[in-house]
Amino acid sequence: MATAHTATHSASAHDHHDDHEHHDNFITKYIFTTDHKMIGKQFLVTGIFWAIIGGLLSIIFRLQLGFPDMELYWLKPILGGWIDDAGKLDPNFYLALVTMHGTIMVFFVLTAGLSGTFSNFLIPLQIGARDMASGFMNMLSYWFFFLSGVIMFISLFIETGPASGGWVVYPPLSALEQAMPGSGLGMTLWLIAMTCFIASSLLGGINYITTVINLRTKGMSFSRLPLTIWAFFLTAVIGLLSFPVLFSAALLLVFDRSFGTSFYLSDIYIGGEALPNTGGSPVLYQHLFWFLGHPEVYIVLLPALGITSEIISVNSRKPIFGYKAMIISMLGITILSFIVWAHHMFVSGMNPFLGSIFMFLTLIIAIPSAVKVFNYLTTLWRGNLIFTPGMLFSIGLVSFFISGGLTGIFLGNSAIDIQLHDTYFVVAHFHLVMGSASFFGLMAGVYHWFPKMFGRMMDARLGYIHFWLTFIGVYMVFFPMHYIGIAGFPRRYYSWTNFEFSNMYTDLNMFVSVAAIITFGAQLIFLFNFFYSMYRGRVASLNPWRSNTLEWTTPLHPKHGNWPGEIPTVYRWPYDYSKPGAAEDFIPQTVPLSATPESNLPHEQELVKLEKAIIADEEEVLVANESKES
Amino acid sequence: MYGFLIAVGILLLISIIWMVYRIQTLVSVVKGSDKKVASGSNKVNAMMFVLFLVGSGVLMFWYSIKEFDNYNPPLASEHGAVTDQLFWITMAVTGVIFIITHVLLFWFPYKYQYKEDRKAAFYPDNNKLEVIWTVVPAIVLALLVIGGWKAWSDITKPAPENAHVVELLGYQFAWEVRYPGMDNVLGANDYRLTNASNVSGVDFSDKNAHDDFNSPVVVIPKGEPVLFKIRARDVLHSVFAPHMRLKMDAVPGMPTKFWFVATKTTEEMRAELNDPEFEYEIACTEVCGKGHFSMRRVINVVEPAEYRKWLAEQKPYIVNNPALVENLSPEMKELAEITISEHK
Repeated sequence: MATAHTATHSASAHDHHDDHEHHDNFITKYIFTTDHKMIGKQFLVTGIFWAIIGGLLSIIFRLQLGFPDMELYWLKPILGGWIDDAGKLDPNFYLALVTMHGTIMVFFVLTAGLSGTFSNFLIPLQIGARDMASGFMNMLSYWFFFLSGVIMFISLFIETGPASGGWVVYPPLSALEQAMPGSGLGMTLWLIAMTCFIASSLLGGINYITTVINLRTKGMSFSRLPLTIWAFFLTAVIGLLSFPVLFSAALLLVFDRSFGTSFYLSDIYIGGEALPNTGGSPVLYQHLFWFLGHPEVYIVLLPALGITSEIISVNSRKPIFGYKAMIISMLGITILSFIVWAHHMFVSGMNPFLGSIFMFLTLIIAIPSAVKVFNYLTTLWRGNLIFTPGMLFSIGLVSFFISGGLTGIFLGNSAIDIQLHDTYFVVAHFHLVMGSASFFGLMAGVYHWFPKMFGRMMDARLGYIHFWLTFIGVYMVFFPMHYIGIAGFPRRYYSWTNFEFSNMYTDLNMFVSVAAIITFGAQLIFLFNFFYSMYRGRVASLNPWRSNTLEWTTPLHPKHGNWPGEIPTVYRWPYDYSKPGAAEDFIPQTVPLSATPESNLPHEQELVKLEKAIIADEEEVLVANESKES
Repeated sequence: MYGFLIAVGILLLISIIWMVYRIQTLVSVVKGSDKKVASGSNKVNAMMFVLFLVGSGVLMFWYSIKEFDNYNPPLASEHGAVTDQLFWITMAVTGVIFIITHVLLFWFPYKYQYKEDRKAAFYPDNNKLEVIWTVVPAIVLALLVIGGWKAWSDITKPAPENAHVVELLGYQFAWEVRYPGMDNVLGANDYRLTNASNVSGVDFSDKNAHDDFNSPVVVIPKGEPVLFKIRARDVLHSVFAPHMRLKMDAVPGMPTKFWFVATKTTEEMRAELNDPEFEYEIACTEVCGKGHFSMRRVINVVEPAEYRKWLAEQKPYIVNNPALVENLSPEMKELAEITISEHK
């Protein structure tokens, strides 16, 4: 049967693969590798590096906000002139910190670090492919990202500071060097880095889409794909359609900055002189930016939701509830994500009629999100829950997704948004629903697939401690921000003491800052666990979570090519957990329906006949081929 | 010296943690608990979810009720009453959903934690349930949106004819407040005319500009519509008057506006809050550079009669600085001189 013919064929396949395996040296294996698994790990480690940088930046500005009177002389060795003679943080550098924190976290950590890691690592393994459609493009994708990171990193250290106009870099602030020091060289480097990043995203995205469409193994129809793959696939589609628009926005900004055009500039008097630019519109930039910016939220979130769907199902020992509904809601989110962008611009001065339209469209997108939450809850209901660290982080994600999603209903309502726009309410909203939720998706994924990545287990207890500190910590940081936001505290403020409406809550801000430092400290537990377990962790079993998906059918340390023999064939969907009648509480995708008559559902019994016919046909072809060869 | 001691202390702490970690790993290997599907930690984690639910729930209610007056900013505009009501209706609806979903999310882990002798229910789908929780949120959201849409349309409809016009010009890093004077029509402006003595770039060859004046404080009457005409001359800014529930970006090259009716004078609000220092404020909420956090202007809401009196007392730009009209054409200059003499 299936297993038999795999065994007979494995010898020849293996020979073929040895051809290019023994050429691997350090450089082709670890640096300029075309193996999707290694590229995934490269994205992960780079993402972790950037998460540390992004986190540290936020700690510095939280010190300023929580302890405005603190003397920061001790930061002088790192920050130099950005700490003035009185030991205070420079307000320009404060804005630079906020900007870089946003840029790094959104793009480098939660886009590249999350999508880059898991799309690369999991797509071929879970659809049953030897590698990505184009290994070379995949390698380019990583190295463009790396280059982008190098440029962004350099910009942190230049004399005028990195880009400082907020992560959205709205012109004219970002277009005019006279407006702030960060809009000089720092902004130029930001634009170059982002261009490389967009190239990286597009190269990766094209690859993910092509691979999912073309390289699925036999039997792996779209209706049998794990939800992770659906999520990565749709994420790549969103990225492919929206990143070019960011590129065009950036390109026009480059023209305005360097070549005297007026796409975004009009009627400006700055630094004692009237500029010649007329006819441009800063609102045009906002439209272009948010045409990427909003889908970007889902680029960040969908992979996390996909990962969570898989992990919750595995560890509930239950099929994901409403597999089809999950796919339809992700499709809905994908399409709707392109037509809600202007809800970031209700008070930007655009026509209020547009505001009404976008308010309706925005609240429609809440419906598929709600469906997803209810489906997660129903999956947990009457399950047999095992709390692996991955499972804990997945449940944490669902909690953040609810908390942050609900505040979106306030902000999507243009009338309510008038008061809340650009206050800490918004900061709380997106840090929960997009920042923390996606970060928890990333963490869940790392804990869950670590055994496949490195052949060893991460320590579960350290994982529990890490989870509880982080989960409680994140709520301690972001929940109080709702109150601060309702009170009207504006974003990106160096200090609030100039205003009577916002000079209270020093206590709450101090609390938030302390919580942020503790939460950041808790990540050191993860870092230790990650790097220690990589070399000294307990050796993993082949299928440690007793999961159905294909990646667990590979050897402990899969070589380039993933399966030593024939790629396994898929006979069922990936969520046959606790099927009535079955002896075990899971049935891997590679087990034919004909092998499990005791647990087949009526409609599956029909498929068995078809399956048998196909297997018989294959056997014949195989025998014929082999007799020809010999 | 202290640094050294701290370093030694940290090292010691790390090595102790390390030892504990190694020991518990070895113990778990000896006990064979690492072979089990779910260890004793499973129960602890399940308990933690319930504890978290109860603990954080209590904290949230306690703080939300105790601090209500602190985080809920006083209200002083007509449309603000509508948006505040929408806000609290939305809060009630989402609050209920928030609590129900979280109770389920954290109670299920406790209730359905792993037991060796139990098998999970094979429950892959239920179309009826899916339809219910697609349609119900859709209806609830539709109701919320319709409320918001009505309010939004009212707020953004054109200002009444009799609205008092005030121009707010944002620049790095302050607001210039310009009044149209007795004619209630602002004079034309051109950014190329901007200089140190003409912050708003007012074009004084426009007759309407002759009685325009500026003020260090935004003075507006209570109970009468006021129209803010908003401009920026360098980068984006945003006018935010938290007590008026008012926010609108200031965009270079694209004038924007926001009209509203104030409902309480500054004096009334001071009495109500029992705070003699209270002021209505304007802040900037669109990042604009180094001084973004310091663009403060005070709004002084007064009784209409008092407003008219104040208006009559103000001196136009050209009275304070006759040099502004020096280069005008002879006819215009004559007109300007008449205005100046009227105010002498």
